[in-house]
Amino acid sequence: MFICFVILQWFLLAVCWLFYKGVGVWGVNIPVGWGFAIVNFVWWIGIGHAGTLISAILLLLRQQWRNSINRFAEAMTLFAVACAGMFPIFHLGRPWLFYWLFPYPNTMTYWPNFRSPLVWDVFAVTTYLTISLVFWFVGLIPDLASMRDQTSNKALKFVFGAMAMGWRNSVRHWNRYETAYLLLGGLATPLVLSVHTVVSFDFSVGIVPGWHTTIFPPYFVAGAIYSGFAMVLVLAIPIRKFYGIEDLITMRHIENSAMVMLATGWIVCYGYAFEAFMNWYGGDPYESFLRWNRLHGPYAWSYYTLLFTNLVVPQVLWFKTVRTNPLLLFFVSLDVLVGMWLERFVIVIVSLSRDFLNSSFGQYYPTQWDWAIFIGTLGFFSACMFLFLRLLPAVSISELKTLLPEAEVKVAHAEEVHDL
Amino acid sequence: MQIFHRSANVISRASIYTGIFTAAFALWACIQIQRSPYVTYAGIARPQPAPFSHEHHVAGLGIDCRYCHTSVETSSFAGIPPTKTCMNCHSQIWTNAPMLEPVRESFRSGKSLVWNRVNDLPDFVYFDHSIHINKGVGCNTCHGPVDRMPLMYNYASLQMEWCIECHRAPEKNLRPREQVFNMRYQQPTKDLPVADDGNSYTDQLSLGKHLVDKYHLRSVMDITSCSTCHR
Repeated sequence: MFICFVILQWFLLAVCWLFYKGVGVWGVNIPVGWGFAIVNFVWWIGIGHAGTLISAILLLLRQQWRNSINRFAEAMTLFAVACAGMFPIFHLGRPWLFYWLFPYPNTMTYWPNFRSPLVWDVFAVTTYLTISLVFWFVGLIPDLASMRDQTSNKALKFVFGAMAMGWRNSVRHWNRYETAYLLLGGLATPLVLSVHTVVSFDFSVGIVPGWHTTIFPPYFVAGAIYSGFAMVLVLAIPIRKFYGIEDLITMRHIENSAMVMLATGWIVCYGYAFEAFMNWYGGDPYESFLRWNRLHGPYAWSYYTLLFTNLVVPQVLWFKTVRTNPLLLFFVSLDVLVGMWLERFVIVIVSLSRDFLNSSFGQYYPTQWDWAIFIGTLGFFSACMFLFLRLLPAVSISELKTLLPEAEVKVAHAEEVHDL
Repeated sequence: MQIFHRSANVISRASIYTGIFTAAFALWACIQIQRSPYVTYAGIARPQPAPFSHEHHVAGLGIDCRYCHTSVETSSFAGIPPTKTCMNCHSQIWTNAPMLEPVRESFRSGKSLVWNRVNDLPDFVYFDHSIHINKGVGCNTCHGPVDRMPLMYNYASLQMEWCIECHRAPEKNLRPREQVFNMRYQQPTKDLPVADDGNSYTDQLSLGKHLVDKYHLRSVMDITSCSTCHR
């Protein structure tokens, strides 16, 4: 916690310096005008996707095993989206004018350019944040009520009471609650696909070789879920270990997440393969050069590391011994997170550094402020995560109760109710 | 177990609406303040080293705008007259008026009068007086009734929405070139038609469209492009 706090302060310092001096403190320059900020933005927003997938899609598919990991996965989504949302604002020349991105009756009589995917991004990310927040909060209501009832501290009772919004645990409440929760799940489901699709449009709508591909939307969504589940494991493995909740977050959760990682990892690899194939099959000289540049250019190390971390290492997940070994799995997940970050690095920076004209080739060198803000968001994320673990139930109490044997409705009894 | 009275239900429901209305009101207030003279200074006279009255000199004495603002037809800047221009007359009349002492002092010392700029566009806007004058935009279209301003104030908000309103439909404001400096010019009506090139126009739109063609105005797409004004 203390380390997180230090990193958070470092982050705040870096952001103040950035706002004071401008984006010149970063290593971005023409031709690489999008540096770490966009790499980090895409990486963080991708990580968020696993939370929504777990909470919404698995809810709709009635995968009950999700019930003990959904809460912190949703929290992870929220904090990851918060980290992601900061970067587009940081990378503006005048960040205090970020609200110009919204359509409102301004004194310039100009609206944002709705043909630009960057504007779609604003709507995608704000919608995503709002829905994730509401979904998370609605899920918390019964637990907040339990906490209100359990605490003896007057002030806390008031706070939890206000947040529980008068929850009485009545059948009528539960009936409405479940309906609302399902509806929200239905609302959040398309977001899993749409948000990262819109993010991928930021690139694929541009004509830069390495960006201008139709495979981007599905490939980005798969990559998002891939990195998201890696982050879920990176968080879940230490949490279950150090908080002693190995019976709540069981081996089954860990193994299922690992299998999702393996599956989405292969979709991502399919994406890599077809990117390379289309570079060759399309016959465009700039696209062919892109392939050459990725394999032999000055950033070749990033592409090879990417292939190693995202393609080679995760193949160990085929083995059940690895999938059921938390320590190994933890390192594989870390490796996937690094790999997915490098994937965005390859897409953003390698593509931009060498596009059409030899005369405009250039290199990108991140400065200490690039690193400070990137690592700073890791600190911010961890600090938020720790505060969440400390202050709110990290595992859904009410949903866990439904997994208890006592909660199972006897079949005969259910039919009786049905007949009535 | 409830810790709040049943009446809290009413409060919580009311707070939802209050929240929405407060947010909507705050947004509305921001938008209004942004357009008010508090921000734009529209209609507020600025203090000047000498209380020069456009009303007196233009309406009262009938001096043409270009007598002082000499470069308005040929340059981006309309021009602020040197003290010598003032002294053309004021070496002969009102020679002892105390109000004019700063002008005489400037003339004696050779140091310019420092007028406070009234119509001040932001520095990131490229603006050229001559093109507007030559395409038939009257002085008072933008500067307002200068001949009724005892002290100078900016008539328009000078905000981008105000510029764009005209750039999107210039035909609504154009007038024949020879009427540009006429402070009492009125847009054509049935009773007071405006003649140009032998035709008589009874409404502004038909006159404006004629002038758009006659003066070869660039297309609306061109003059509303970002780089027309932000170069």
